[in-house]
Amino acid sequence: MLQEWAVVGIAFAYLGVLFGVAWWADQRADAGRSVIANPYIYSLSLAVYATAWTFYGSVGRAASTGVGFLPIYIGPTLVALLWWGVLRKIIRISKVHRITSLADFIASRYGKSAPLAGLVTVIALIGILPYISLQLKAIATGLEIVRSHQVASAGAAAAAPLFTDSAFSIAMLLAAFTIIFGTRHLDASERHEGMVAAIAFESLVKLFAFLAVGAFVTWGLFDGPGDLFARARALPGVERLFTIGDGGAAGIGPTWSSLVASSFVAMLAILFLPRQFQVAVVENVDERHVRTAIWLFPLYLLVINLFVPSIAFGGLVRFAGMGVNPDTFVLSLPLAAGQGALALLVFVGGLSAATGMVIVETIALSTMVCNDLVMPLLLRWRALRLQERRDLSGLLLAIRRGAIIGTLVLGYLYFRLAGEAYALVSIGLFSFAAVAQFAPALVGGIYWKEGTRAGALAGLGAGFAVWFYTLLLPGFIRSGWLASRLLEAGPFDLAWLRPTQLFGVAGMDEVTHAVLWSMLANIGAYVGVSLLTAQSAVERSQATLFVDVFKHSGAGTGALFWRGGVSIQELRGLLSRFLGPDKAVDVLESYSRQRHLKSAFEVEADANLVQFAETQLAGAIGGASAHAMVASVVKEAPLTMDEVMSILEEASQIMKYSRELEQKSRELEAAYAELRVANEQLKQLDKMKDDFVSHVSHELRTPLTSIRAFSEILHDNPDLDPLQRTRYLAVVIAESERLTRLINDILDLAKIEAGALEWNLRQLDPREVVEHAVSTIRQLFEERRVALEVKLPAAVPPVFADRDRLVQVVLNLLSNAAKYGGDRGGRVTVTLQALQDAVRVDVRDDGPGIAPEDQERIFQRFRQSGDTAADRPRGTGLGLAISREIIQRFGGRLWVESAPGRGSTFSFTVPTVAARDGRAERSA
Amino acid sequence: MKRANLKSDRLAALFLLGFGLFNYPFLAMFNHARLVLGVPMLYLYLFAAWGTVIALAAVAAAGADDA
Repeated sequence: MLQEWAVVGIAFAYLGVLFGVAWWADQRADAGRSVIANPYIYSLSLAVYATAWTFYGSVGRAASTGVGFLPIYIGPTLVALLWWGVLRKIIRISKVHRITSLADFIASRYGKSAPLAGLVTVIALIGILPYISLQLKAIATGLEIVRSHQVASAGAAAAAPLFTDSAFSIAMLLAAFTIIFGTRHLDASERHEGMVAAIAFESLVKLFAFLAVGAFVTWGLFDGPGDLFARARALPGVERLFTIGDGGAAGIGPTWSSLVASSFVAMLAILFLPRQFQVAVVENVDERHVRTAIWLFPLYLLVINLFVPSIAFGGLVRFAGMGVNPDTFVLSLPLAAGQGALALLVFVGGLSAATGMVIVETIALSTMVCNDLVMPLLLRWRALRLQERRDLSGLLLAIRRGAIIGTLVLGYLYFRLAGEAYALVSIGLFSFAAVAQFAPALVGGIYWKEGTRAGALAGLGAGFAVWFYTLLLPGFIRSGWLASRLLEAGPFDLAWLRPTQLFGVAGMDEVTHAVLWSMLANIGAYVGVSLLTAQSAVERSQATLFVDVFKHSGAGTGALFWRGGVSIQELRGLLSRFLGPDKAVDVLESYSRQRHLKSAFEVEADANLVQFAETQLAGAIGGASAHAMVASVVKEAPLTMDEVMSILEEASQIMKYSRELEQKSRELEAAYAELRVANEQLKQLDKMKDDFVSHVSHELRTPLTSIRAFSEILHDNPDLDPLQRTRYLAVVIAESERLTRLINDILDLAKIEAGALEWNLRQLDPREVVEHAVSTIRQLFEERRVALEVKLPAAVPPVFADRDRLVQVVLNLLSNAAKYGGDRGGRVTVTLQALQDAVRVDVRDDGPGIAPEDQERIFQRFRQSGDTAADRPRGTGLGLAISREIIQRFGGRLWVESAPGRGSTFSFTVPTVAARDGRAERSA
Repeated sequence: MKRANLKSDRLAALFLLGFGLFNYPFLAMFNHARLVLGVPMLYLYLFAAWGTVIALAAVAAAGADDA
């Protein structure tokens, strides 16, 4: 009924409209007034999930398995409820780390691993091929039906050559379209505003078309749903499609497990299909849009599926017994009813669904192939020296275009090799099972820090291998490209390795079987190998950054606006963290003033600001640290181990200096304290010196005065009485002698105290010393008429001392006793005795005695007992002081025992030689 | 009730509810070939439950954002 040219013309016209929408949206985006930055467009763009599968395949599935078409829509509905946590986290991570594809995400999480990125790309590419071929098949079939107005039977062999030719042309047309759509220029963020707008538009088109045909079937061909289902029920074998299994009572058949399996993989596919990841994550502008998508997208799915049962059963009724392929009901029904226009609308709807899928999927795949597979290899190929080339954009675009064409060619090849063997939905589920393999590595990656790169590689590899073996291989076998023996008896006739019945577990359809074993292998390998291997430093930091992304980025759950570079928020945050919030504001204000902006809030986050911020920070935390900090914000590269080490080094240097400083100041304080003490001591000694000097000069002056006085008298009175003259001269002589003695004593004392005196130490006999002293001074005693008694034992142990000085001491004591120990008629007794360790000498007199308060004073310099005014000084006042010094030098003691009116006893001890030696031995 | 993750919690609870509604016990309950309002009972139940979950999701998602 419809001319071929009309159909093709309409198809091109529609594609033209689609292109126009995309172009318009791109223009708006360049002008800064993006059309797609609203949650409704976002949710509609997610509806690219509904492809020709939904359009054609769901009806076919419903016609053969009843509700078996629903799980792939209900699964995503339920999973969408978790999006607020999961999807938002993925979006946040992707924005923070500038991730632009699925392969990029997984590779980045596991330490930016290039092999992992390549593996993900390969799996995605091979896994999506069935899906793409499904679209091609659907379009080709639809085109065929509309063009020839022939309801296609389940194996239109006659039309085959035409059929496949058109599929190829369609594939090439789609490739060209996609290239124009998505590779006009390169965008660092890999966003395609035009594409998103076009996808949202086509979501509306396909929804409208499907609702139109659904309404037509339900109320146009029948009298409402009641009529429709009642008549369907009347058909043989249809009633069982109203339930799961074989009706409530009968056993749980494979349908239950297939429901579980298909909903499971659909739950994963909704995010991990490359096109879904592209529109949901990479193209997302504002994470708050997720809030709307959580319910709006499932609502779309519900509405578009509302009429699927009607169309399915309506078709079964209408084409009962005619063997029409249920996948084509949606076209065949209007055509059979003569509704050409509606059929055309449906065709456009189907075309819309298919092209949407192909465009987004191949763009996403080409991005991955270019960025994560080809470019890493080329960059490693030194012969090309790509790093030196200034502008690689031409090369990148060429690679992408090649990838798009290649993908579609491969999709067509799959369709030729294996596509005929299965219904559409089955093929689609193959791809779902393939992308499900990304789930453990990705979901584990954002929630489990211990997932390692090796684990991800192992899991992905194992899962993909099992998937290939259990799903793809049988397809090739069934299409005749491989021996069917493999399927029936297993490789090398090992029955337990049969591709569709591994380990002999039967009773499941192929998809369920494949999903079960591949997920088991994947998760098992991922978890097992992760636990057995260690992470590198990069992996560990990436793991933390991914799993804890909400802690590290943004203000709580607020939206992180995505700009092409660094966010002004991050820079401001960095500045305020290290400079303090006030200072940060000041700094930004001055920067904005420099650039003649009105306020700090208009500052653009460009390279100048980055440089500025780095300089400011360097002032606070050092150059290396500032650079690393700013780089981690700007280049989203988290700190490497090296950078961390250099920051730590700087910090530890600073700490070391401050500690040294602290120690020096402490030492300074201690030195100061010591200095103060020494100063005090010095002052004291100074005072003592002054005292001494004043005493000495006083003592010296007294006799000098007498000498001068009497000499003057003698000189002035030449005719003095000779008797008087003699008397005066005697005084002069006596005073001179006294002066001499005084000076000698002073010198002695000074020498002793300075340690400058020469001691002539040797072993002495104390008896001999005392006897000598006594005989020397006896005359003085006779002159004074004081009796001197000497008590000496027969023998005493020797002492170690200076003979002259010891004699001097004894003499000093004896002369004191003679002078002060009472006048005429007094008695002085000298005793010598040997003690245990020493020899003791006592000089006792029966003079007036010494008052207790004077008993220490007399040993001080220039001190004599009594009042110097009343008693004329008869000694130098230094005698006892000197004696004490001398005795102390010998290691002994000199003291007095006395009471007023009872006389005095001066005693001293000197250690014996034996005792000295013993002490010396002990202290040695 | 002000809790830090109210929205996430509500949505998670809804997920569990959905999981239960589309699981064996409930499905078996409605798994009969009768026609209710002209529509097979199972289909009616599935679409109705589906619509309910979506409506509840809309309510839960529109609430205040998590802290």
